[in-house]
Amino acid sequence: MIRGFSPGDVWLLILAARWTVLLSAVAFLGGGVVGLVVAVLRTAPVRPLRWAMSGYVQLFQGTPLLLQLFVVFFGANLLGFTVDPWSAAALGLTLYTSAFLGETWRGSIEAVPVTQWEAGRSLALSYGQQLRLIILPQACRIALPPTTGFLVQVVKSTSLTSVIGFVELTRTGQLVNNATYRPLLVFGVVGGIYFVLCWPLSLTSQFLERRLDLRRPRRRRRGHR
Amino acid sequence: MDYVFQFGTVWQDWPLLLHGLWATIRLSALAMVLGLAIGVAGAWGDTEGPPALQWPIRAYVELIRNTPFLVQLLVIYLGLPEIGVRFDPDAAALVALTVNLGAYAIEIVRAGIEAVPEGQTEAGLALGLHPFQVFCLIVIRPALRAVYPALASQFILLMLGTSIVSVIGAEELTAAANSIQARTFRAFEIYFTVLALYLALSLAFRVAFAAAGRLILARAP
Repeated sequence: MIRGFSPGDVWLLILAARWTVLLSAVAFLGGGVVGLVVAVLRTAPVRPLRWAMSGYVQLFQGTPLLLQLFVVFFGANLLGFTVDPWSAAALGLTLYTSAFLGETWRGSIEAVPVTQWEAGRSLALSYGQQLRLIILPQACRIALPPTTGFLVQVVKSTSLTSVIGFVELTRTGQLVNNATYRPLLVFGVVGGIYFVLCWPLSLTSQFLERRLDLRRPRRRRRGHR
Repeated sequence: MDYVFQFGTVWQDWPLLLHGLWATIRLSALAMVLGLAIGVAGAWGDTEGPPALQWPIRAYVELIRNTPFLVQLLVIYLGLPEIGVRFDPDAAALVALTVNLGAYAIEIVRAGIEAVPEGQTEAGLALGLHPFQVFCLIVIRPALRAVYPALASQFILLMLGTSIVSVIGAEELTAAANSIQARTFRAFEIYFTVLALYLALSLAFRVAFAAAGRLILARAP
């Protein structure tokens, strides 16, 4: 039976956004931990480790997230784990996020001048100490704007987990649409909620980028202004 | 684990996969060309165009970049018929991909335009060229050259994004995988195979873009 679209449906969608936020947080935290390992191994002075991590990043950056979710979902079932959509979504997004954050953070580590490593070594610090005390604090500063920007990507990516049956914002939108059949309105509201989640993150990322990059000349605008 | 992998059943359907692969390449290529056209036109409007044009372009860019592609696709395929704009799945897929890529392309091309030294524009204006001529003849080529790597990676992201249009049943590689899966129930084998195909395709695109970049951009202005 088709019913009308009511304010209650908007509330339902807002409640469903909690799952989008929760999944984003899990993927970001999990992906952050794994991503840090990837970034450190990717810059480690051991060649096989760098190669292995490079392959890991290539695999996740060179394939669609949707297919990664399918493979995790169906693959884990084959391995004998009974996987619900929530675990598959969390695992798939964590792996995906870790590859992208790993690559971003590798760039940040490499952006720290090599003389900083040498200075640490000349102070007789071990590799771990150089990394922890000298390199990572500086790399963090460089990594902050792109990491915030990637958070937008993570939030948007969670919408794909609706395809493997995880009931988050987009899936709830589809369910509400099936009941009300007002697709333009329903998906308009759904898009609006994503926008409210993502836009502040985008603005923060831009703000951090401008504040960090002092060498860049002022934003230039030509024309009728 | 007592599961027996059967990749043979998957390979029996290779014509379907090949067909899907070709559809993915075609769809990506079309969206790339159209999206880049929007990118150049939009970047012109954003940097040189009248203010009345600037804020709708900013709104479009921000709206698209801060919402998921899947939701944009559903708005275009399911939502627009409500106001009388109807697409078949393949057309809706192309429109959604183009609209999506266009927003990212505007941002990238705009960055390229802003990287062209002001003196170039001033030189053009001093020669008596119209601002539009300055844009077409002087600014746009070095701008595109400067951002070519960023555009190439955005194109590859777009190609990977085409897998999402399988949700509305548009014809491409993931949809082909879904239909084989529905018939054979060999979900893992088929999706694993298709994952490998996408990986090969993105590597091929990267090589092709690098080669094209050397060929097109190496020549003098």
